[in-house]
Amino acid sequence: MITLRLMRALAGREQVFLALLAALIVLVPVGNLVMPPDSVLHIPTGTVVLLGKYVCYAILAIALDLVWGYCGILSLGHGAFFALGGYAMGMYLMRQIGTRGVYGHPVLPDFMVFLNWKELPVTWWGFDWFGYAMLMVVLVPGVLAFVFGWLAFRSRVTGVYLSIITQALTYALLLAFFRNDMGFGGNNGLTDFKDILGFPVQAQSTRVGLFVLSVATLAATFGLARWLVGSTYGKVLVAIRDAESRTRFLGYRVEHHKLLVFTLSAMLAGIAGALYVPQVGIINPSEFAPTNSIEAVVWVAVGGRGTLVGAALGAVVVNALKTVFTTGALAPYWLFALGGLFVLVTLALPQGILGLLERRRAAKSTAVSPKAAE
Amino acid sequence: MTVSPLRWLCACGLWLILAVAQPLQAQPATIPADAATRLAEDGFSATEAAIGLIAASGAPHAVAALEAMADRRLLFWKDPARAIWRDAAGASFDLLTGEAVASPPAGASLVRVNNRLRGAIQAALGTLTLLSPDPQRRLRAAEAVLRSRDQAALADVETALARETVARVRVALLEARAALILTGTTADRPTREGAIATLVDVADTTALTVLRQVLPTADATLKPVIEAGIASIERTMAIRDVAQTVWFGLSLGSVLLLAAIGLAITFGVMGVINMAHGEMVMIGAYVTFVVQEVIRTHAPHLFDWSLPIAIPLAFVCAGAVGIAIERGIIRFLYGRPLETLLATFGVSLVLQQAIRTWFGPTNREVGAPSYMSGFFEVWGLQITYGRLWILVFTLVVFACLLLVLRATPLGLQMRAVTQNRRMASAMGIRTRFVDAMTFGLGSGIAGIAGVALSQIDNVSPNLGQSYIIDSFMVVVFGGVGNLWGTLVAAFTLGIANKVLEPFAGAVLGKILILILLILFIQKRPRGLFALKGRAVEQ
Amino acid sequence: MASLTSALLYLDDVQVAFDGFKALRGLSLMLEPGEMRAIIGPNGAGKTTMMDVITGKTRPDTGSVLFDGGRVDLTRHDEAAIAGMGIGRKFQKPTVFDSHSVADNILLALKGPRGPLSAWFGARNRIEPARIDRVLEVVRLSALRDRLAGSLSHGQKQWLEIGMLLAQDPKLLLVDEPVAGMTDAETETTATLLKDINRDHSVIVVEHDMSFVRALECRVTCLHEGAVLAEGRIDTVASNERVIEVYLGR
Repeated sequence: MITLRLMRALAGREQVFLALLAALIVLVPVGNLVMPPDSVLHIPTGTVVLLGKYVCYAILAIALDLVWGYCGILSLGHGAFFALGGYAMGMYLMRQIGTRGVYGHPVLPDFMVFLNWKELPVTWWGFDWFGYAMLMVVLVPGVLAFVFGWLAFRSRVTGVYLSIITQALTYALLLAFFRNDMGFGGNNGLTDFKDILGFPVQAQSTRVGLFVLSVATLAATFGLARWLVGSTYGKVLVAIRDAESRTRFLGYRVEHHKLLVFTLSAMLAGIAGALYVPQVGIINPSEFAPTNSIEAVVWVAVGGRGTLVGAALGAVVVNALKTVFTTGALAPYWLFALGGLFVLVTLALPQGILGLLERRRAAKSTAVSPKAAE
Repeated sequence: MTVSPLRWLCACGLWLILAVAQPLQAQPATIPADAATRLAEDGFSATEAAIGLIAASGAPHAVAALEAMADRRLLFWKDPARAIWRDAAGASFDLLTGEAVASPPAGASLVRVNNRLRGAIQAALGTLTLLSPDPQRRLRAAEAVLRSRDQAALADVETALARETVARVRVALLEARAALILTGTTADRPTREGAIATLVDVADTTALTVLRQVLPTADATLKPVIEAGIASIERTMAIRDVAQTVWFGLSLGSVLLLAAIGLAITFGVMGVINMAHGEMVMIGAYVTFVVQEVIRTHAPHLFDWSLPIAIPLAFVCAGAVGIAIERGIIRFLYGRPLETLLATFGVSLVLQQAIRTWFGPTNREVGAPSYMSGFFEVWGLQITYGRLWILVFTLVVFACLLLVLRATPLGLQMRAVTQNRRMASAMGIRTRFVDAMTFGLGSGIAGIAGVALSQIDNVSPNLGQSYIIDSFMVVVFGGVGNLWGTLVAAFTLGIANKVLEPFAGAVLGKILILILLILFIQKRPRGLFALKGRAVEQ
Repeated sequence: MASLTSALLYLDDVQVAFDGFKALRGLSLMLEPGEMRAIIGPNGAGKTTMMDVITGKTRPDTGSVLFDGGRVDLTRHDEAAIAGMGIGRKFQKPTVFDSHSVADNILLALKGPRGPLSAWFGARNRIEPARIDRVLEVVRLSALRDRLAGSLSHGQKQWLEIGMLLAQDPKLLLVDEPVAGMTDAETETTATLLKDINRDHSVIVVEHDMSFVRALECRVTCLHEGAVLAEGRIDTVASNERVIEVYLGR
C-alpha cells in the first residue's frame, strides 16, 4: 500500500532530511567551537556527544529498516552487528593506548596484563593499524551476517523463527563476550581510550570531528540505502516482503536477495557501532543484550518502517525521549514509557510517525482536490 | 524416564522416621579418678594412658574433655591431682564429673600434647563419638576412624555397626571396618575377602581409595581379589557418573520444560509469539513471595503449605494477566506475528518495571518449605528434594495439560479453533472466548512454573528474561504445536547441556547448545516432530 | 501418442503423501509442446498438489517429473530454478504484489536477469517501458498502469497475474482457477485471452467452471484421488460414467 505513495510523497521530505544533516554539520561545530560558552547559541560538548550518539543510532536504524521495513526480515540481532563493529573500533583504540595504560605494557592492553597473559592473541593482531581495524569493522559483522544468513535463508527460516534465532545469536555472543578468556575484556569490555589517529579522544575538537564524521556517514548511509530501495532491487525486496513465495515462483532466488541486503545491513550496523564507541568511550558485552536489538526495532517502528527518513527520525525521537526520561525524576517510568510505545506503535501506528503525517496530508489533499474519477 | 518417584518417596520417608527416632544410650556419668592422676604426672606416655581412660569411661563429657585437650584448654594441678577444662567461652569444668567449676585455684599447668598424642586423641574421639545420638557426629566419627586406621577401634566399630540404622552412617562404618580389617594383621583370609566384598558393594571414592592404599602391601594371593575389586568399583563409578549426568540433565530439563510448557500452548498451539511469557513466570514467582510474606506475618505454622496455596493463586493471577493481554492487545494482531512479538515485548518491559516499582529491583527471599530442602542418596547419587519435587511437579503439570487438551470441552474447542478458525466459528464455537481462555491457560501454566522456579532461582524482576530464549528454543526444537515434542526437547536439551558442561564449562556449553540449535533450526525449520502437509504452509 | 522425447512435460507414477494422506497416488501426465490442457476434478483430487510438484514447491515421494523433452528432472530443482527454466504459475488465490503499481508488478515479472546486483544497478533498471506496456495491453490493464495492485478488483488481479505470467514468457504456463470470482463476460474474455496465449505457449489450466473449460476447446484430464480418471476431448470426458459419478454429478 504505502511504499509507493510514500516514496513519491517523501521525495520532498528526503530533501529536508539531507538539508538538516548539512545544517548539523555546519551549525554544531560553530556552536560548540566558535560560540563563547556564555552565548545562548553555544552548544555544550556534552550535547554534541549526545547528538553524535543519536546519529549513530540513526545509522543503525536505517540499516535495520533495510532488512525489516523493506524486506520483511525482522532481525532481533542487529545490536550484535553494531556491537561487533564497536568492538573492532574498540580494539584499535585499545592498541593506541600503548604504554599509557595502568601497567604500562607496550603491547598488551591492561586487562590482559591483569589476567597474566603473556602475548597478544591472534584475534588482536593488526588492530594497531587503523586501516585493518576499519576493514574489520565492516568485515566481521558482514561475514557473520553472510554465514548466518546463508544458512538461514537457504533453509527458508522466515518470520518469527528467524527473529528468534537472530535473538539467540546475539544472546550467544553476549554470553561469549562476557567471558574473560575470549580476550575482549570480559565483563568490563574495552575502555579508557586515549586517542584516535593521534587525536586525543577526550578533546573537544576530536569530539566535534567525530560528530561531523558521524553525520556525514549518516548522509552517506542514507544515500546508499536510498539508491538501493529506489532501484528495482528495492522493488524486489518489497515483493519478497509481501509475497515471498510468489517472488520465488517468478524465478527470483529469494535467498540471494535477502542475503545481500542482510549482509549489507549488518555492515552498516557495524559502521554505526564503530562511530559510536569513540564517542561514548566504552564498549562492553551489554551492547549484545537482546533488549538493545529489540529497542532498535522499535525506533524503526516508531519512525515508520519502510521509509528511510522515518527510521532515522524514530531513532532520534525515541532516544531523545529516553534521555529526557532517564536523566530526570521520571527515570523509574522510562521502561513504562518504552513498553507503552511498543504497544502503541503496533496497535495504533503501524506505519509510524511518518505514516501518520502522510495519512494526514493525504486526507487533506483529497479534501481539497478529489481524486480523478476512475 | 527411569525415575521411580515412589521408591524414592519410600526411601526418604524411612529416613525421616529413623532420624527422629534415635535410641538414646545410657552412659556412666564420671571419668575414673586415675585419669587425673596420670595427667598430673605430666609425661607424654602417662597422658596417653589418661586419654585411654577418658575414652574408655564412656562419660558424656569425655568428648568435650578430649577436644579441650587437643586444643590446649585442659589444665591440671599436681597436688592434689586434679584437672579441669575450659570451654571456648572460658568457663571451667571438672574433668572427672563434668560439672562446672566456679573459681578454679591458682597454680594450674597446661597439659602438653605432641603430634603423637594429638593422633591418639583424634582416634579416641573417633571411637567415642561412634555411639553419639547425633547421626552427623557418628558419621564424622566413622570417617575419623577410617582416616586413623586405629586398630583398637575395631571393636567399637562392630558395636556401632550392630546398632546403626542410618544408611549413610552405616556405609561409613562398613568402610571403616573394612579398612581396619585390611590394614590390620590379625584378620584371616575369609574376613579380608569379606571386607573387600563390602567395599566393592559400597563402591564410592572412599572404598576405592582404601583398596588402592592396601594393594601394594597386600598378600600376593589377595592382590588379584583387590585388583578385581578396584576394577569393579571403577566400572560402577563410571556408570554412576552417567546416571549423575542424566539426573542433572533431567533436573535442568524439568526446569526448561516447566518454563516452556505454557509457551507450548500460546506459541505452539495458538501461534502467538508472547515475549511476555517470561514475565508470566515472574508473576508466579512473586505470587509465591507474597503468599509466604502473608503466611509469615499471620500464620507461620502454615509455612509448609505456602507452595500448595501459591499454585492456584499463581495460576489465576498469571492467567488473568494473560487474558488481559490477549483481550487488550494480541487479539488485534492475529495473523501479524512480528507485530505481536513487538507489542508483547513492550508488555514484558511494562510488567518488569511494574514489579520493580512495587517490590524493588533486588532479589526477594522465597523460602523453601521443609519438604523442599535437604537431600537423600540413592546408590551414591545425591538427590535434592527440591529438584526431585520440581521434576515430579513438572510431569504432573504436563499430564494435566495433556488431559485438559484431550479430554475437556475447552480442549476440544481449542484444537478446533487452532486448526480451522472459520469452521469452528461456523459451528457455533465462540472463537474469541476460546482464544482468551487458551491464552489464559498458557499464561496460567507459566505462573505455576514461577511457583516452582522461585525455589531454585532468584526472585527478581529479571527472572522471566532468563527463561524466555530457552523456552522458545525448547518449543521450536520440539516442533511447534506438539506437546510431546516439547517434552522430549526439554529433556534432550537439559541432558545435552549437562553432558557438554564438563568439557566446555557452563557458559560455553550453553553457547554451544545455542549454536547447535541455530544450526538445527536451519536443517529442520519446523522442529523435531514437525507437522507436514498443506496446512503447515499457511 | 506423445513420447518422452517429444513431450514438454512428462509426469510418471508420481506419488506424494502428507502425514499418511496420499495426495497423489501414481499420477501420470504428458503434455505436448504448444498444447493447452484443462485439468478438472473434485476437491482433493490432487490438482494443486500436481502444480506444486511441477513447480518444485513439493518434492514427490516417488515418480519422475521431466521437462523439455525429458532433458530436465524437475524434482532436482527448486522453485526459482524451475521458474527460470520457463515454467510460470498463477495461483488459485490471485497473488500480486499489493504495494507495487501494476506496471512494477509486470516489471518484476519480465524475462531477464534476476540477480540482486542486476536489480540494484544492472539490466533490470534499464527495461524499456514499452515492454511493460505491451504486456499490459494484452491483459487489458493499460489504463490502470500506475494504480497500486492492492487496489485492483478480484478479476483485475487475476488478469494482472496472467500478465505477469506472460511477461515471464515461459514455455509452460500453469494457471490455477483463472476465472474464479469472475463475471460471465470476464470469463469469456479470459478464455479468449488464454487461447491467444496458447498460440506461443503451452498451457495447463485447472478449472471447475465447465462452460469455461468447454470454451477453451482443448484436451481435458479429469483427476480423482490423486490419479488420472479420464482423459480426452471434453465431450468424451464429460460423458464418462465415472467422471459423472465422482465429479460432474447426474
